[in-house]
Amino acid sequence: MDFQLTPDQIALKSGMRDLLAARFDREALRAAVERPGLDRSLWRALGDAGFFALRLPESRGGVGLGLPEAVLVFEEAGRALLPGPLVATHLAAGTEPGAADGESVVTWADGPLTAWLDEADHVWGDTEGAVPLRSVDPLTPLHRTRGTRTHVPEAALLAAAEQLGSASRTTELAVQHAKERMQFGRPIGAFQAVKHLCADMLVRTEVARAAVYAAAVTEDPDEIAGAKLLADDAAVRGARDCLQVHGGMGFTWEADVHLHLKRAWVRAEQWQSADEAAEVLARSL
Amino acid sequence: MDLTYSEEEEAFRARLRAWLSTALPELPPRPDPLDWPARRAYDTAWQRMLYDAGYAGLHWPEEAGGRGATPTQHLIYLEETEKAGAPYVGANFVGLLHAGPTVAAEGTPGQRARWLPPVLRGDEIWCQGFSEPDAGSDLAALRTRAVRDGDDYVVTGSKIWTSHAEVADWCELLVRTAPIAEDTPKHRGITWLAMPMDAPGITVRPLRTLAGSAEFAEMFLDEVRVPVANRVGAENDGWRVTMVTLSFERGTAFVGEVVACRRTLAELAKTAQRNGSWDDNAVRRQLGRLNAEFTALWRLTQWNVSASQRGGGVPGIGGSVFKLRYSHARQELYDTAARVLGPGALDLAHDWTLDRLSSLSYTIAAGTSQIQRNIVAERILGLPKGR
Repeated sequence: MDFQLTPDQIALKSGMRDLLAARFDREALRAAVERPGLDRSLWRALGDAGFFALRLPESRGGVGLGLPEAVLVFEEAGRALLPGPLVATHLAAGTEPGAADGESVVTWADGPLTAWLDEADHVWGDTEGAVPLRSVDPLTPLHRTRGTRTHVPEAALLAAAEQLGSASRTTELAVQHAKERMQFGRPIGAFQAVKHLCADMLVRTEVARAAVYAAAVTEDPDEIAGAKLLADDAAVRGARDCLQVHGGMGFTWEADVHLHLKRAWVRAEQWQSADEAAEVLARSL
Repeated sequence: MDLTYSEEEEAFRARLRAWLSTALPELPPRPDPLDWPARRAYDTAWQRMLYDAGYAGLHWPEEAGGRGATPTQHLIYLEETEKAGAPYVGANFVGLLHAGPTVAAEGTPGQRARWLPPVLRGDEIWCQGFSEPDAGSDLAALRTRAVRDGDDYVVTGSKIWTSHAEVADWCELLVRTAPIAEDTPKHRGITWLAMPMDAPGITVRPLRTLAGSAEFAEMFLDEVRVPVANRVGAENDGWRVTMVTLSFERGTAFVGEVVACRRTLAELAKTAQRNGSWDDNAVRRQLGRLNAEFTALWRLTQWNVSASQRGGGVPGIGGSVFKLRYSHARQELYDTAARVLGPGALDLAHDWTLDRLSSLSYTIAAGTSQIQRNIVAERILGLPKGR
């Protein structure tokens, strides 16, 4: 047993981080907030890097890697707040033409919500009578739909991986702010009340990390449900605590914190909600 | 990321399982938890069985008399013994998990030869004389004085929360050998001593816990003479020696308990299905959430053990993250048990009621949650020291 990242996995993760730093840095994120819409050239760049074809066998033009590797790149996507129907397109690679290389955008009508309906080239599932919402997340357009929930464990796991990346990022942002922001003549991170918020953020993130990585290795639907539950919690509560640590600045549009919180709320309702996950986990006892 | 066990590891697991299936039926019934001498006899008998079968000090280095097992083998040992319902370390806790590893790491060859074999054989047990009435979380503030007199230290002061003090042969004792001064950090003047519990001047007074049992004791030391030869590490260097001990405590002490909590959770679900509380959405989903929690804590354990194996067997700081989350999860587990049991949760005859009471100590003992959060914030996240 060696439940740690291999050197190849570490390289893959940092490669994805570098790609996103170059193609979707903070400036690009803020620009996307001002001009919502899917960046097709970025989508193709993701396709070129193998993001969507990661798990397709090499014989079919894919990268031939597994679910653990997919989880690592989705974690990085979540960390960077990369917009778009990433999970649906990744799952459609190999089935839907153009999905694997990022030439087309695929979304999935997953029960009560469908993301990116108007921008998608292919839509899976039933979207009859879809009604647009004024989405809380400025980077994820949403429709209400009436189809049934898809229940694809892999989708829930990849969304959990994005939540993990977001939780990890908001912990970093909070810690960075707590080290720099001075009040009463010292950095606010010297005060236990702030320190303990940050420590709890890290603990939730690391517990979620163990759950998400293990579920990627075992591919067990019950473990995936647990991973989704814990990662949703780490992302949502992490963003809220990060906002709190930022004080008044955290409540402004200019701080990135609200974008993490809103996306975490959206993902918490996608593929498998907390109640649905809890029911799966209760049944398996 | 690999969660499979090697052939060697699986062979180790199979041998251990086979031995447990023949050894456990030979154990006498568990003693009354209030009867300390009986508990000592039971726990040390189990230790002797482990010793004879070659499982004593499994994760201790071979030069200290241990088996030099890898952290993964130790994990398998803790998992299998708990699954089989074998006793945990019990009264051997301090000797096996605190004092023994400290002597193994920091003691002289003579000290190792004197103290380690009796711990492994179950002949001697140790207690821990760290905390004092005014030095708990702020352990470095301890005041028990040791004054050098010829070949002895003369020790005066008092200790508290001393588990197993009533039946221990030795005490790993922290004493102050340099007074607290304004201009030096107070942890500089602390020394680690092995104190024989039959030395004149020691008075032990049991303390009753809120669970009703006498789990630990106060200890009063009145000019107790401890040979200088019993000092482990240098004079005034006891704090560093102690940190070696504490990293072991947080690293592996709770592994078996996570396995036990997962078993309790499964029993709790069965009870809920029988008595109808399963039909309550809130109760059922809470049980589901706890399933996620304890599964993740087991995976976190495997993560930490793998990290420690890569790091050469040294338990890492991940122990603080684990301890924080686990201690609260355990309390939630037994609060949920109380919800499932309803009024039955007020019956002390129910194991889960006693477990619920004892779970209250988990967020306090071995470093409170508040101290653990400081450790996580300062040592992992790099936040500045402060108040």
